[in-house]
Amino acid sequence: MLRSIAARIAQALGLILAVMCLNFLLIHITPGDPATVIVGESGAGDPELLEEIRAQYGLDRPVIVQLASYVGRVATGNLGDSYFFNQSVTSLILQRLWPTVLLVGTALAFAVAAGTMVGVATARRPESPISHGATVLALVGFSMPVFWTGIMLVILFASAWKLLPVQGWHDVNYGEGLLANVLDVGEHLVLPALTLGLIYLAQYSRLSRASMLEVLESDYVRTARAKGLNERRVVYKHALRNAVIPVVTVVGLQFGALLSGALLVETVFNWPGLGRLAFDSILRRDTSVLLGVLMVSSVMVIVANLLTDLLYTIIDPRIRLRERTNV
Amino acid sequence: MSDAMGRGEVAAADLPVAPGLVAGGEGGSGRPGRETLRLFVRNKAAVAGVVMLIGIAFMTVAGPRIYDNDPKDIVAIPLTGPGELAEARLGTDYLGRDVLAGVIGGGTTSMTVAAMAAAMVLVIGISIGALAGYYGGWLDSALMRFTEFFQVLPALLFAMVLVALFEPSMWTISFAIGVVAWPGIARITRAEFLRLKNLEFVRAARAVGATDWRIIRKVVFPNALPPLIVSATLIMGTAILFEAGLAFLGLGDPNTTSWGLMIGLNRGNFLTAWWSVTFPGLAIFFTVLSFSLIGDGLQDAYNPKLRGR
Repeated sequence: MLRSIAARIAQALGLILAVMCLNFLLIHITPGDPATVIVGESGAGDPELLEEIRAQYGLDRPVIVQLASYVGRVATGNLGDSYFFNQSVTSLILQRLWPTVLLVGTALAFAVAAGTMVGVATARRPESPISHGATVLALVGFSMPVFWTGIMLVILFASAWKLLPVQGWHDVNYGEGLLANVLDVGEHLVLPALTLGLIYLAQYSRLSRASMLEVLESDYVRTARAKGLNERRVVYKHALRNAVIPVVTVVGLQFGALLSGALLVETVFNWPGLGRLAFDSILRRDTSVLLGVLMVSSVMVIVANLLTDLLYTIIDPRIRLRERTNV
Repeated sequence: MSDAMGRGEVAAADLPVAPGLVAGGEGGSGRPGRETLRLFVRNKAAVAGVVMLIGIAFMTVAGPRIYDNDPKDIVAIPLTGPGELAEARLGTDYLGRDVLAGVIGGGTTSMTVAAMAAAMVLVIGISIGALAGYYGGWLDSALMRFTEFFQVLPALLFAMVLVALFEPSMWTISFAIGVVAWPGIARITRAEFLRLKNLEFVRAARAVGATDWRIIRKVVFPNALPPLIVSATLIMGTAILFEAGLAFLGLGDPNTTSWGLMIGLNRGNFLTAWWSVTFPGLAIFFTVLSFSLIGDGLQDAYNPKLRGR
C-alpha cells in the first residue's frame, strides 16, 4: 500500500519534470531570443553587446546545460520575471491563485453534489418525464459554449432582473470586517461558479444516473432489498457508494478541462484569477507569465489526479491503487 | 460543411461492412450495418441531430450565395435591434455589421477548423493507441506515459499558448486543437486493440502469416471502428467549442469571421445589444448539439443494450 502510494507520487513528480521540459522547449522555439529583444530595445544593434548579454544570461551554453539550470530554477519556485509588470512571475501567480481555486472549488462542489443528486433521483425512476428532462438538460449543458452561458446568465440575472453583481470579485465599497468581505465575494461568486458548474452538473448527473442504473440491477442490491431494507437505505447507503466511483474518476480526469473552463469564465466575469492573468498576458505579449500559468495549472492538475487516486482507496477498499480504470 | 456532415451519415451506413471484417459476432461490434442503420433511423433524437446538421451545413454552404451581405461590411447604424431594419434582420453589432450575415458566414471557419482538428486528433490518437494496444510491453508503457503527460496539460490553456506563440491562423488553430485533444481517442483505440488482439480471428490471421501491419490495418482496426466513429462525432463538437473559445479570447484567425470571434468582439456591448452575442452563441450551440445527438444515436445503435444511459 505504502509502496504504491510512493510509486504514484514518484510518477507525479516525473510528470512535473516533463511539464518543466515542455515549458523550456516552448521558450526555446518561440521566435526571437531574449538577448535579441534586450539589445533591440536598448537601440544599439551591436554584435558584441549581443554576445555579452547572451553570456550574461547563459544563452551561449549548450541547450542541455540551459535546461538543467532552468529546471533547477523552477524547482526553487523561480518562474522568471514579467516583462510587463517588472515583477516576479511567481508572486503574480500567487496573487491570482486563490480566486481561481475558490471559483473552481465552488463550481466542482456544486456540480458533484447537485449532479449526483439529480443522477440518483432520475435513476430511481428511469422512465419518468423528469428523468428524460435531465437527459436532455445534460445534452444541452454539454453543447453550450461556457463563455456564452456566462453572458446569457449575466443578461438574465444581472441585467434584466438586477439580482446579482456582474463583474469582478469585490464592490468598491463592501464595508468593514471579515463577514462583509466574505459576503461580498460570495455574492460575486454565484454567477461565475454557476456558469462553470452547470456543464459539469450536466455531465455528472448523466454519469451517476448511468452508473446508478447499473448498480441498482446488481445482486447485492437485490439482496439488500430482499432483506427488507427500506428503499431509501438501499439507494443512499448501499448503492450510492459504488455508483459514485465513476464520478470520482471523471472529476479527476476532467480537472484540466475544468481549469480550461475557468479560464473562459474568468474572462467573462473579470474574475481576478489565473485565467484572466493568462488572457491579459496574451494581450501584453508577456510570454513568461503565460508559460508560468501553464506550468502552475499543470501542476494543479497533477496534484488533483494524485488526490483522486488516493480518494479511491477511501471510497472503495478493493481498489488499492491498482491501475486506474479508463473511462 | 458537407464533408464533416457526411461523417455522421455515411458512418452509420457503411461502417460495419468494412473489408476484412471477420468473426462478425465477436463483442457485438460486428453487428450488420443494416441493423445499426435501422436502429439509428428509429432514434428520433439522432435523426433530429442529422436534420439540424444538414440545416446548418446548408446555411453555411448556400447561405452566403442567397444572402449577399458581407459579414465584414458596415451596413447600417451600429447596435440597432433585430427586426428594426430590412437590411439587417437580426440587428447590427457595435460597428454596424450585419449579425445575420455573421451567423451565416461564421460557420465556414468553425466547421473547417473543427474538421481539420478532428482529422488530426484521429490520426494522432489512432496511431498512438493502436501501437500501444497492439504491441503492448515497453512501447505501451512509454506511449501511455506520453498520453498521460498530454492529459495533465489544461487543454484550452495549452492551445492558447501554442496559438499565442505562433501566429493565429486557421492552420495554427487546428494544429493546436489537434495537439491537445487526442489523448481520449488514443485511450479508446488502445482499449479496443487490447480487447481484440488475442481474439481467435486475429490469432488466425497471425497463424496464416499476415504481417503485423496488415493485421492492424485489415483485421483489428475495422473491428475497433464503432467506438471510434462515436468519438469522432463527439470530437467534432469538442473542436467547435475549442475554436469558439480561442476565437472568443481573441486568438481566432483575424482574417475570417467566426461565431466565437463575434461574441468576443461584442463582449463590451452585450448588455445594450443582446442580439450581437446571443445569435452567434445559438449557432455554436445548435452545431455542437447536432454532433452530440448524432454521436449518442450512433452509440445507441452500435450498442443497443446501453440505450438511454
